[in-house]
Amino acid sequence: MDILNALTAFLNFVFIPATAYGAQLALGALGVTLIYGILRFSNFAHGDTMALGTTVVILMTWGLQAAGIGLGPLPTALIALPFGIAVMAGVVLATDRMVYRFYRRKRAAPTILVIVSLGVMFVMNGITRFIIGVEDQVFADGARFVLTARQFRDLTGLDEGLAIRTTQVITLVTAVVVVGWLFWFLTRTRTGKSMRAFSDNEDLALLSGINPERVVAVTWIIAAALATIAGVLYGLDKSFKPFTYFQLLLPIFAAAIVGGLGSPLGAIAGGFVIAFSEVMVTYAWKKVVTYLLPESLAPEGLVQLMGTDYKFAVSFAILILVLLFLPTGLFKGKSV
Amino acid sequence: MKKMMTATAMVALMAGAATAQDVKIGILLGFTGPLESITPSMALGAELAIKEVNDSGKFALGTVTAVRSDSTCVDAAAATAAAERLVTSDKVAAIMGADCSGVTGAVLQNVARPNGVGMISPSATSPALSTAEDDGLFFRTAPSDARQGVVMTNVIMDRGFKTVALTYTNNDYGKGLADSFQAAFEAAGGKVTISVPHEDGKADYSAEVASLASAGGEVLVVAGYTDQGGKGIIQASLDSGAFDSFVLPDGMVGQQIATDLGASLNTSFGQYPGTDSKGAEVFQGLATAAGFDGTSAFAPESYDAAALIMMAMAAAGSTASRDWSTKVMDLANAPGEPILPGELGKALDLIAAGTDIDYVGATAVELIGAGESAGNYREVEFKDGEIVTVRFR
Repeated sequence: MDILNALTAFLNFVFIPATAYGAQLALGALGVTLIYGILRFSNFAHGDTMALGTTVVILMTWGLQAAGIGLGPLPTALIALPFGIAVMAGVVLATDRMVYRFYRRKRAAPTILVIVSLGVMFVMNGITRFIIGVEDQVFADGARFVLTARQFRDLTGLDEGLAIRTTQVITLVTAVVVVGWLFWFLTRTRTGKSMRAFSDNEDLALLSGINPERVVAVTWIIAAALATIAGVLYGLDKSFKPFTYFQLLLPIFAAAIVGGLGSPLGAIAGGFVIAFSEVMVTYAWKKVVTYLLPESLAPEGLVQLMGTDYKFAVSFAILILVLLFLPTGLFKGKSV
Repeated sequence: MKKMMTATAMVALMAGAATAQDVKIGILLGFTGPLESITPSMALGAELAIKEVNDSGKFALGTVTAVRSDSTCVDAAAATAAAERLVTSDKVAAIMGADCSGVTGAVLQNVARPNGVGMISPSATSPALSTAEDDGLFFRTAPSDARQGVVMTNVIMDRGFKTVALTYTNNDYGKGLADSFQAAFEAAGGKVTISVPHEDGKADYSAEVASLASAGGEVLVVAGYTDQGGKGIIQASLDSGAFDSFVLPDGMVGQQIATDLGASLNTSFGQYPGTDSKGAEVFQGLATAAGFDGTSAFAPESYDAAALIMMAMAAAGSTASRDWSTKVMDLANAPGEPILPGELGKALDLIAAGTDIDYVGATAVELIGAGESAGNYREVEFKDGEIVTVRFR
């Protein structure tokens, strides 16, 4: 019984939250890594693309809710999601046409493009706040829990509860579907192959007749879709606040770099590494240990490796270690 | 030479007379950042006092105008730059602000003292500000958190809770409140199982909640901000079943969080500065008439801060900070004719007649120590998205 209690506490407070967070980071990191691999710059506007995409979805969700359209136990935002992706695809393509294309034609250095994306970030930052404001928006509806902590306790008779939120399940399912589709697209379709060719060697790709503008456009559309999906999933799971989305940029980049910039597989691995390290290393194991050890050995202290203040230090320490020993990341991305 | 000096003095006097027609008061609050959902009501509170004084037509020093500026609440450099601009380019005679403790301390040391401009903060509550060097220029209509720590201990103890887990936002305000609360709570025989800081605006609080849950406690004290990490912590705790009841101090009590979390906060409680004095009621009436929520946290304190500044200027007959700042303590405290919100015109008459006044205002202002409010608190509970006042302490 005690072992089960310990396991439940671990699952409830460490495994499940970290998995959901990891999936959200992975989707964000995928977008960043794709842009880096194909367009060859770090897109600082990604966090705000997520925020803007989520804004569109939230507005649409409100409209649907007002019209009485819903998905029952699932959040209404899922209906609005494709619409949000379409709008964001339009927005990023327009941004590319108005801003990035100019620098691409001039073959500007990646550092210049990074600063350009910083400018785009500020503009999107402002537009998002202009449309929806700075406040917290809650747009999740439908059933909040698949299983609440109390239900679990009543069901199993354990002391510890295990809560599984609908949004956590949706996050995981969506992440798996999206990642699966993306890999199929990149490895099996003609467009996907031309994107990988363009990423490997731009000049060779051009020589073999690949249309660069088309590759760039498809990349932007996929990145917009990934950003919107990641943003909406995150917003459903926690809540939507433009400032938090801006701050999400940091762990997302950490995830992409740890995994290896430009490597889609690495982005996913990196997302989970960052999420799990943030929670596991700073977790106070007191509860779990108390269940596992006989009463006489029960710990007085918190059995905490380091305070939660250090959770970012942990992820960045991992980032530095990876860069020192595997400069291209866990999955052989590009190093610049 | 003598002639020239006289001429210069005359020019200076005339210039003084010309600018006296327009008295500017800077309203330095975090219109963006962690407090952005309560600062609009705070600014409106201050501007309500200014409008009242102007409409009375009895403020002899000129027309008062408010200049809003953004303290960001968290970015000391940005707040300092904003305050510097208020002082040097807008030429404000006083600052109503800043809001959060960290930026208030920075503005006090970097702008107010070097330029000799007086400031009254409506909401900076860090105990550290009680002992900060201020050249007599700094006051606050908010009480120090040393006092709130004691009040919160009483609120929790009276409900029969003896062990609590504690998390605080990692800044001057959160740390100050957490420390003073922990000291008071342990002195009263309670036990704080763990004290975990959290960073604001972060994506995920699983790690903090996991540690808090592991340490355990009957209730969770969240000394954070309602728009920020504090809400994330509560949400994550509720979702994972870690805690059901929360104690929400001043930075956490807001309509937004009550609405968002609804019935799941029904066993939670908290406290924030407030009084049951007649002034509070009058102020709410005035605020409602002016179209904003007078019960919003720190809105009454903002009204009082702005009113005190103008009363002090009138009493000193000068807009120079070194003159009016000496009058603040006299006006705020007894003895004298008590002044409630909406009676600023009457107060100006009394001041002009040389009668002593005791500014009571919307929050029963009583300044103690180095010029901070003695502190009255409103104990609240949450009921299906409504904030219900239980009693006053």
